[in-house]
Amino acid sequence: MFAYILRRLLYAIPILIGVNLLTFALFFVVNTPDDMARLQLGAKHVTPDAIERWKVEHGYDKPLLLDSKATGSAQFTDTIFFRHSAAMFAFQFGKGDDGRDIANEIRTRMWPSLAIALPVFVIGLLVNITFALLMVFFRTTYLDLWGVVLCVVLMSVSGLFYIIAGQYFIAKLWDLLPISGYAGGINGFKFVLLPVLVSVAAGLGSGARWYRTIFLEEIGKDYVRTARAKGLGEVRVLFRHVLKNGMIPILTGAVVVLPLLFMGSLITESFFGIPGLGSYTIDAIQAQDFAVVRAMVFLGSFLYIVGLILTDISYSWVDPRVRLQ
Amino acid sequence: MSFMPVVLWTDRLIFALLAAVLELVWFIRRHPHLRAPWAAVARRPMAMGAALVLAVFVVIGLLDSLHYRERLPDSPPGQPQYSVEVLSAFDALVGPLRTRQEKTYSAPLAMQLYAKEFIERDGATVRDYPRLKYGGAHLKRADAREPDIVRRILVGLAQGLAVGLLLFGLLAAWQTRHRHMVFGTWLTAWATGHLGWPGRTIALTVALMLMLGMVTFHLAAGYHVFGTDKVGQDVLYISLKSIRTGLVIGTLTTLVTLPLAIVLGIAAGYFRGWVDDVIQYVYTVLNSIPGVLLIAAAVLIVQVAIEAHPDLFDTAAARADIRLLALCLIMGVTSWTSLARLLRGESLKLRTLDYVEAARAFGVSHARIISRHIFPNVFHLVLIAIVLDFSGLVLAEAVLSYVGVGVDPTMYSWGNMINGARLELAREPVVWWQLGAAFAFMFTLVLAANLFADGVRDAFDPRLEGRR
Amino acid sequence: MVRIGSILLRMGLLGIGLSLLAGCSDNWNNPYPDSEARANVLYSAFSERPKHLDPARSYSSNEAEFTGQIYEPPLQYHFLKRPYTLIPLTAEAVPKPRYVDAAGKPLADDAPSSAIAESVYEIRIRPGIRYQPHPAFARDVAGRYFYHALDAAATAGKTRISDFTQTGTRELVAADYVYEIKRLANPRLSSPIFGLMSEHIVGLKALGDALEKAARTHPDAALNLNDFPLAGAEVVDRYTYRIHIKGKYPQFIYWLAMPFFAPVPWEAEAFYAQPGMADRNLTLDWQPVGTGPYYLAENDPNRRMVLKKNPYFHGETYPVDGDAEDRQAGLLADAGKPLPFVDEAVFSLEKETIPYWSKFLQGYYDSSGISSDSFDQAIQFSAGGAPQLTDSMRGKDIHLITTVAASIWYVGFNMLDPVVGGLGEDRRKLRQAISIAFDYDEFISIFLNGRGIPAQGPIPPGLFGYVDGVAGLNPYVYEARGGKIVRRSIDVAKKLLAEAGYPNGRNAKTGAPLILYFDTMASGPDAKSRLDWMKKQLDKLNIQLVVRGTDYNRFQDKMRKGNAQLFEWGWNADYPDPENFFFLLYGPNKKVASGGENAANYDNPEFNRLFERMKDMDNGPERQHVIDAMLGIVRRDAPWIFAYYPKSFGLTHDWLHNVKPNLMANNTLKYRRIDPDLRAARRAEWNRPVLWPIVLLVGGLVVVIAPAVIAWRRHERKLA
Repeated sequence: MFAYILRRLLYAIPILIGVNLLTFALFFVVNTPDDMARLQLGAKHVTPDAIERWKVEHGYDKPLLLDSKATGSAQFTDTIFFRHSAAMFAFQFGKGDDGRDIANEIRTRMWPSLAIALPVFVIGLLVNITFALLMVFFRTTYLDLWGVVLCVVLMSVSGLFYIIAGQYFIAKLWDLLPISGYAGGINGFKFVLLPVLVSVAAGLGSGARWYRTIFLEEIGKDYVRTARAKGLGEVRVLFRHVLKNGMIPILTGAVVVLPLLFMGSLITESFFGIPGLGSYTIDAIQAQDFAVVRAMVFLGSFLYIVGLILTDISYSWVDPRVRLQ
Repeated sequence: MSFMPVVLWTDRLIFALLAAVLELVWFIRRHPHLRAPWAAVARRPMAMGAALVLAVFVVIGLLDSLHYRERLPDSPPGQPQYSVEVLSAFDALVGPLRTRQEKTYSAPLAMQLYAKEFIERDGATVRDYPRLKYGGAHLKRADAREPDIVRRILVGLAQGLAVGLLLFGLLAAWQTRHRHMVFGTWLTAWATGHLGWPGRTIALTVALMLMLGMVTFHLAAGYHVFGTDKVGQDVLYISLKSIRTGLVIGTLTTLVTLPLAIVLGIAAGYFRGWVDDVIQYVYTVLNSIPGVLLIAAAVLIVQVAIEAHPDLFDTAAARADIRLLALCLIMGVTSWTSLARLLRGESLKLRTLDYVEAARAFGVSHARIISRHIFPNVFHLVLIAIVLDFSGLVLAEAVLSYVGVGVDPTMYSWGNMINGARLELAREPVVWWQLGAAFAFMFTLVLAANLFADGVRDAFDPRLEGRR
Repeated sequence: MVRIGSILLRMGLLGIGLSLLAGCSDNWNNPYPDSEARANVLYSAFSERPKHLDPARSYSSNEAEFTGQIYEPPLQYHFLKRPYTLIPLTAEAVPKPRYVDAAGKPLADDAPSSAIAESVYEIRIRPGIRYQPHPAFARDVAGRYFYHALDAAATAGKTRISDFTQTGTRELVAADYVYEIKRLANPRLSSPIFGLMSEHIVGLKALGDALEKAARTHPDAALNLNDFPLAGAEVVDRYTYRIHIKGKYPQFIYWLAMPFFAPVPWEAEAFYAQPGMADRNLTLDWQPVGTGPYYLAENDPNRRMVLKKNPYFHGETYPVDGDAEDRQAGLLADAGKPLPFVDEAVFSLEKETIPYWSKFLQGYYDSSGISSDSFDQAIQFSAGGAPQLTDSMRGKDIHLITTVAASIWYVGFNMLDPVVGGLGEDRRKLRQAISIAFDYDEFISIFLNGRGIPAQGPIPPGLFGYVDGVAGLNPYVYEARGGKIVRRSIDVAKKLLAEAGYPNGRNAKTGAPLILYFDTMASGPDAKSRLDWMKKQLDKLNIQLVVRGTDYNRFQDKMRKGNAQLFEWGWNADYPDPENFFFLLYGPNKKVASGGENAANYDNPEFNRLFERMKDMDNGPERQHVIDAMLGIVRRDAPWIFAYYPKSFGLTHDWLHNVKPNLMANNTLKYRRIDPDLRAARRAEWNRPVLWPIVLLVGGLVVVIAPAVIAWRRHERKLA
């Protein structure tokens, strides 16, 4: 097991290098270091000297990928790419182009992101499963048909509408919750409620429908029929067998997103003014702050790979036939 | 010639896609085993109703893809000059809807502007709601508006119903002759749903759409059905124009996705070894970069390319078009991975089947094995993925436009409409019609697509049969 | 069955419980802790996180909102007086320049500018002014600094300034001002005004070069600015310093009211330069140290910034000299009382306008600007055309404050462009025709809801050189009709266009339609309608407009290379002098080649000559005369379409006092006063939660589910 994880982590290194190289290429195809300097220095009274100085200060005065003038390994190491990427593998993110320390920023912004993403994940899972179970339970009545129709309808509404409607009705018209903002600690509760509510509602349609299919598949299996033939009540069958076995694909499918919860949600955070990592990424893209973008992409890729490893582990854990090798 | 045809890049691809779909339909028709699942789709009322709605959207989208530039009226005969504005067959069809611009906001079916202004009345300046230039301009007095609207709705309903009945009569006549049935028997079979195809749903959907269309037609002749936006553009027109954008994103993206996903997915599963490693590496890398970033970068790259070659993109439409195409391309590049993974898994299973192993043992070439044995057996997965992805892509466009990396801001799209409508909600009283219209159109398209996709999936994936 | 029922019941109770928990106060939507309800705290918002708070670096107005309260330059603008008047802040008096010739001999005040080699400003600051409490000043009994020799271990775990327990203060001295002027030349700070100031302050350029060289040779060592001399800034005694300016530069006095010339203590730089500080964002760029009425107590630019009263503030009183209008507006009620009034100011990050506006209406922000879209709700126009608050706003006792900003928006023609540029008569007519066609009066009414004045030239109202009313109209675009300024009719524009060689929008020779390109970096919700409007304007002349939307970098690049044709741009005054607007059209400031601020690349020798004369003149009839001549030239050449001078409308709640818009001053927080009790009462009244939707939702769920439960029970019974 340990050797397996280690190997997978080593395997992650070429992936991370690839991710880095791609991010780097995408960014510098369109932006020269001069552009970045100008963007950071502002609009008024910017002189060529100031741009040069900014580039030196932020380490953008080197060649991009290959220094043809240098000799030996310095050809590769004395470049913008190497100098900005190498440290990242030690999780040294350095400073953003705006002068703020990125690691520091990530540490403080992680919590608001988690405060939204974690409840959304947990409550979303619970609500979706409850909804799906209800539909399965009442599969002989009109509730199932209309439940499915409702799911398709909910799926067909753009996520933006949920946010807009939530803010408009709950916060503006009925004065029930603050419309946006965030606070740490227990005070944050009322700020978190609305985004969580909206996000859960937005995910309900597709989630519940998918889980319903899983449960129905489980119900069709022989052991359930056997259980029922033994005279077990419907409720018991549902909770003892169907839910328990249905949870396996649901949970293993959910594990992959678990680490990515740190990254927050881009749209929700910027709509509700949550100072998390999602809005950090969006801001950085809009301000073309390369250092931050690169760090966030790196972190995202890393967490994604961790998620993949966790998925494998969870598979082997629930199904002993799958061996990690 | 009084116009010059313009073929934008997306137009080319759309018509290429159309040709491919027609070709496929023709091919399927000739092969009974391919036809069977489609016949199953055709038996589902939900799917067929949805397909009809989709067809209406597609027709509008196609009409909107026949672009041309008008010849300027007084250009010299030897050297015709053309307007820089690119219009489409759809614009020509709806004519006045495009040109009847008011000054600024007006509510649906209103005859006055939404905000008060200073107007000269009997020599004195008063602050009041000014009359619209076009909306309800045929009315003399304000209290004539409601009866007029009711009249138009009734006329529209009646006409729609009449046309619907006429079509139904023709259908019945053809069916009774074709099947040698008595009309009464056929009608009973139709009413009880024993026709073998969802006749009731189709007839009802058609009738409903006809009535809706006729009502809209009659109302639009005299009013702005969905009101006007900030610069007085008819919101109904904007919503209809946005259909093409939505369809292009939903279909062309898949067009990009397919070759990548099919080739790489099957190759990874079939060849295994280093090919599998390389392909897995590529898609893990692509998957682990946030999509928004890739898309933002691609959109920027296209902008640079446009700036570098201003002569290639001489009209605003061409510039917006190439950005739309780039968006489709990059969304395709970011979304092929999930399908590829699915195909890889399936091919891994298929290659171990006896007859595939046997074929390999007999020295049949890889290309032949893949095209004969692997591809036909994963094709249903591809098809399901296409229809399932469509609605997701249409929804994604709105979100991307909100983030500012979507389609060109001058382009008609639901994303741009929603984006603009955000601020309108802060007004008091609320300007809700632009948001409402975008919501209604988008919802209809996506819902229809989802229902159709459900039908297709159920028909093609026997595992899920009976468990919709 | 019983179990399902009880589960449902429990879930319902849980929902109600949660909603009750959310509403532990009367106002469920209160974004602030309940404990602050009656505190003397001012609440407002900022929409963009500040990038720099270092006075040598910060240049944008959203940063000045903070730096203005913390740092004190020698001079400030009078809070009430108009036209804007400079008064001393930390200085004893507003300095008058002494002029000397090349030999160093003093010259008379009215000496010709050509004879003046240097202007000397001697500034004497008031003794006894102290800095805010800060660990950089903390000393032990022996007088040694507590925190000036920290190692990594000592700073571990310290992430905020408040983590350093010891604080101290120090008296403000003249050397601190000189130190800051030197900082402008520090290459590691890249001050935005270094380029400009090195042309004016004697020896600043040389200092910059010397520092650059030192920074190159020792890239890792800190630069001790005290080791480098600056010829143009000298400390005379403890409280007096002198600045030497090359030639005559009367506008320099205005710079002395900006944070660029505020004092910076060397202790602060030494403190922040220690290892480990920068990694925790403990830098002067983020944690300012000043003498002002407030200090930055909480710096979380992702969420909120909090300013608190500086306990060592030197004291200042509310101005007593205002005019009758100010008295009537109640702006003199606090005359002579000690400043500042508010204990604390909380700025929350608010990026979206809808939450901002909603929270203002709910009473959670004390003042608000008005976005165009909420305008109809707030403002209506009286019969005479003056803006008034609507009844719903007046019902909430909200006050309206209007002012014309010292800025201009314009559409520039690139004068290097072969189609629209150049000073030839036909091009001039083309530009004039387009200027008439762009109906900015309509633009103002659609997009700004009347919050703007159609511009008649580059100088906005409130500045010297602006002429009000019909006398000041732009005769090429407007005409006077019955004492009113009216835009010339589109027929005039068509005629001009024909004379320019494009009858009916077609090239007279080739018959090709005239196609113009408009470059913009507009994006966001409003962009599409604005661009559509632009097209509509030129349709009137049968000119075809192609809009080219790009991003900031691409746009800047085009401007620098002169590849644009038409573009939209604006300018905000740095200081209230016409020079600050005319220099945008001065030939040697061309964007192409020289990288200046003249984005239109306009270069008219006659205009340039007049500009050089005008900039050194003192305000008076003679200067006005030159300005009129310059306006005449610019209006005729029409290198810009003078779009509009934006008007800013602000709304304040009844509990906020002493608000008078001052476009030059940025240190106005100290004048504000609030009535917290009134605010608390109003908030409670305005934010009663509406509960029926929750009841309805729960009821609806029961109605939907109950029949299914019944049906299922029947089904079960049948099986049993």
